[in-house]
Amino acid sequence: MHIPKALRNTSLVIGALITLFIIGCAVLAPYISTHGVEQMDMRNRFAGPSPVHWLGTDNFGRDLWTRLVYGARFSLSIALISVTISAVIGTVIGLAAGYFGGWVDQLLMRITDVFLGFPAIVLALAIVAVLGPSMINVAASLIVVFWTEYARVVRATTLVLREQNYVQAARALGASPARILFREILPNALGPIIVLASLGLGTAVLSESALSFLGFGLPPPTPTWGWTLAYGTKFLRDEPWLSIVAGATIMLTVLGFNLLGDGLRDILDPRQLSRGPGRAK
Amino acid sequence: MLSYLARRLLLLVPMAIGIVVVTFGLLLLIPGDPAAVLLGQEASPEAIATLRDQLGLNDPWYIRLWDYFAALLRGDMGRSIFQNESVASIILGRLGATVELAIVALILATLIGLVLGVIAATRQGSWIDTGTMLLAQIGVSMPVYWLGLLLMLWFSVMLGWLPAIGRGTPLPLALVAAFSGQPGVLWDSLQHLLLPALALAVNSAAIISRLARTSMLEVLREDFVRTAYAKGLRRVRVVVHHALRNALLPVLSVIGLRFGMLLGGAVLTESIFAWPGLGQLTIAAISQRDLPLIQGIVLTFALMFALINLVVDLLYAAVDPRIRLA
Repeated sequence: MHIPKALRNTSLVIGALITLFIIGCAVLAPYISTHGVEQMDMRNRFAGPSPVHWLGTDNFGRDLWTRLVYGARFSLSIALISVTISAVIGTVIGLAAGYFGGWVDQLLMRITDVFLGFPAIVLALAIVAVLGPSMINVAASLIVVFWTEYARVVRATTLVLREQNYVQAARALGASPARILFREILPNALGPIIVLASLGLGTAVLSESALSFLGFGLPPPTPTWGWTLAYGTKFLRDEPWLSIVAGATIMLTVLGFNLLGDGLRDILDPRQLSRGPGRAK
Repeated sequence: MLSYLARRLLLLVPMAIGIVVVTFGLLLLIPGDPAAVLLGQEASPEAIATLRDQLGLNDPWYIRLWDYFAALLRGDMGRSIFQNESVASIILGRLGATVELAIVALILATLIGLVLGVIAATRQGSWIDTGTMLLAQIGVSMPVYWLGLLLMLWFSVMLGWLPAIGRGTPLPLALVAAFSGQPGVLWDSLQHLLLPALALAVNSAAIISRLARTSMLEVLREDFVRTAYAKGLRRVRVVVHHALRNALLPVLSVIGLRFGMLLGGAVLTESIFAWPGLGQLTIAAISQRDLPLIQGIVLTFALMFALINLVVDLLYAAVDPRIRLA
């Protein structure tokens, strides 16, 4: 139904293309990689891009394209897991707070405020530090940091939606709170949630890479992007290529999710439509 | 205003309690015996027993939480496990460097963001607008540590213009020195500061520029702007004196929030530029799993964040009566 409008939205189209490309790389990694992930070639250390090594090689002569493509699997998996679970937790809390109001709202929002009160990266680092680095723990640390945003946005949306006539009507008909929340309110609150999730995937990739970069992400030999960038810095003076390409990969991925999120917001959130060009000054 | 101040201060209390509980909860997350985990595999049973005692692990958690609160109220954050010093004094020694970095980054971000946002808004729909917003989109998507590395590579390694790592004389002292006839000290201090502050600022500058643009676009449509033009005022005067002043309010609230984000971002920037602040301390504490120190740092960051938000809210209320009366 939105197809013509969607295709006219540049952010959305470019963001979707970048995102599809990165996801495609992750899914098809075994088929599109040109070498083994750990396959070393000591005669070709720090090679530049060539037909054999598309993005060159690292300090052990390992193929960078192959490692980045496999790295996408870890970054995207962690991002997807953490964003999905954060969205579910945050949505349930936001729905409850917005719908029931009163002390439920007060309590849930104060808790949300507390978690919002920590700088994200610091809290995530501290959690990984005590739990130890693993895929689940990295995802868990991101969930602790991310759910708050969904809770706040869904609560605000719910506050508006619960006063709508169709919700009042459902209540008058004797529908249970659960039914009203999940059948009447949630479907209409999905727009902002989807937008947040798309932007959240970008933030998750950035955060996971930051943890890996600092050495608290998935432990090596996992070829995470952040870690590839980090060990590339050891050779920064003479061979900056490694770090530059790894960082550019992270940036491209995040840019894709951000453009996608902004494009989706234009389409799914009509209040924001006036942001686009074309309206008179 | 006084009742608003009172209400807002009162809200800080449950917030601070919550922050302390979460920070304390970090210790409970450690699987197994925290003392054994913290000291590593080579630790002797005696050392572990001593640490258990020091951390109060032999008591039930609610007693420990109570003790933790009581100690914090006395300003005692415990002792570092690996450095023979109190956590509070270690943190105090590092705080200045991070605050300095964050403040300079905030100033840079605000200047860059406002200028770009206003220019984009006044040229809405042109290639300048598109270009600026694309730049902002890239700025938001860039890993801060990668940007730091690129800046270092370019300005320090290739051009040799600026020092790559470390901190000069602390800025307040350097300012004093400059006024007492040693401008070289200040110059050195600023040279060290520029790259890390810029790396840290870009992300916030991008966000501020987008917000400033949106806010300006709204204001530029208002009647009073048309009136100003109708009076025959010059464009620059209308944009700066009439529109920008009114567009600043929503931007102000975000600038305050960004300061908190900048403190967090400092963890990454400091590790790149070897900036001797809280961020570097965080990494060191986490590498050693020095839990009292980690808790102290997390707590410090969160409490600073809460205080900044309080100040921003109060400023906001002072500027806009609608907020304190609501």
